[in-house]
Amino acid sequence: MDSTADEDKILISVKNIHFRYEYTPVLIDVSFTIHSGDFLAIIGPNGSGKTTLLKIILRLLKPSLGKVRIMGKPAEEFEDWPAIGYVPQKATHVDPLFPVSVKEVVAMGLFSSKRISLPVNRKEESAAVQNALCQVGLSSFRNRRIGKLSAGQQQRVFIARAIVNRPRILFLDEPTTGVDAETQERFYDMLDQLNKKEGITIALITHDIGIINKHVTKVACLNQKLVYHGTHEDFCRSEAFKEMLTAGHHLISHRH
Amino acid sequence: MVESFLSYGFLQRALAAGIFIALACAILGVFLILRRDAMFAHGLAHVTFAGVALGLFLNMMPLAMALLIAILAALGILTLKKKAGLYGDTAIGIFSSVGMAAGILLASLARSFNVDLFSYLFGEILAIETSEVLLSIGLVIVVLLIVIVYYRKFLYLTFDSESAKASGIKAYRFDILLSVLTAVTIVLGMKVVGLLLVAALVVIPAAAALQVSASFRKALILSSLVAVVSVVFGLFLAFYLDLPASATIVLLCFFFFLLFYAVKRIKKVS
Repeated sequence: MDSTADEDKILISVKNIHFRYEYTPVLIDVSFTIHSGDFLAIIGPNGSGKTTLLKIILRLLKPSLGKVRIMGKPAEEFEDWPAIGYVPQKATHVDPLFPVSVKEVVAMGLFSSKRISLPVNRKEESAAVQNALCQVGLSSFRNRRIGKLSAGQQQRVFIARAIVNRPRILFLDEPTTGVDAETQERFYDMLDQLNKKEGITIALITHDIGIINKHVTKVACLNQKLVYHGTHEDFCRSEAFKEMLTAGHHLISHRH
Repeated sequence: MVESFLSYGFLQRALAAGIFIALACAILGVFLILRRDAMFAHGLAHVTFAGVALGLFLNMMPLAMALLIAILAALGILTLKKKAGLYGDTAIGIFSSVGMAAGILLASLARSFNVDLFSYLFGEILAIETSEVLLSIGLVIVVLLIVIVYYRKFLYLTFDSESAKASGIKAYRFDILLSVLTAVTIVLGMKVVGLLLVAALVVIPAAAALQVSASFRKALILSSLVAVVSVVFGLFLAFYLDLPASATIVLLCFFFFLLFYAVKRIKKVS
């Protein structure tokens, strides 16, 4: 019975994933699961396959071998896209000339999975956008052009877009790249709130091992293969952690 | 003056077709520019030349033939980009050159239709027929309805294609849809300003609007206004000053671009 309950809690299951770009192997036999309520950090050096793995989970790339299951269904049959939120790596590189307001960006998330994209109920749509912006602390910015916001504020707008459908899981790819240390701290606090208060499972790719101590509950450490997957406490005592620190990999350690 | 301008049947037809076609050009133009695909319209216009030439050569409805060739070329450019891994401008460059070459070849093989071909190259809106007006309005309404229905998805894909794909949007299907809509619009625009200038009607009003718009919705509205006002005043000026309508319309669009650019600069300084 316990194992069934445990299986019910599995949101993402990655099994024996292999991926290669032409002849270069990027991922070798990676298997792990993400459970409901996890705050998972996927870490590893540059070129370790972190972003590739995320893109495979999101069906942006096809694995050479292996299977992904999303909320119990094979990835290729999964259709409940509002249950997944995604903040891409380049989110802080917004074209400053793109004429799009903050509320327009957030509303994009509302219609992506619907057959047509006409707003059926403008009041409901507006309330959903406003609610998502409140959660990231940007409700007064709704009419501002996104290109005029700071990198940290832009990042929050993308989070608002990713959570506007109230997803079960939120993926973030190096969300604090180009954001100053103080803003990063507030940013991770906000993710904590989403995880603990809103119950959104979070999986983020990061170079910042400093966040592991304070914010995350689980760690997946990649270096083409899965080097470690487990709780953050065990990770900090693991050989994998020591190796990462001593091997001079490009990781950042902030005091959080 | 305006009353006598509107009393001519050929001007009424020109205005009706021109306004609708300008709307479609202006709206698609905003998406194309922001997708860095402005040259797509230019390339398709060149390929359409081959379609018109083929239609005239075979004596088989040049407009329909142009539509078929333009749609096939749009899909071909998309396929070359995706399957052959070419950069967008390279694929456009290949198709536009081949289209022009084919058009020139057909024109030289049958010299008798050169006069007709000229009317397609330089536009002939003042000679547009009622059936062409109705066809243009019908097709433009279809284009606009599709854009309205899928507006958010087009916007999402234009702004952040990776996140849009990750949220379940079938990006390639919408790329095909936008390419076909652009092809249809280019062929229709050919009647207004001619093949040599139709890309201008797609690119310049949108570029002008993007100088001063704070939101995407405003950019679409302003681009449409610039295109429609340019067509209406362009026809008016062309009629009273005996100027070529196509060139007058395009130069008016450029005037608006300069005006909005100046407004942006002034806003920045102040």
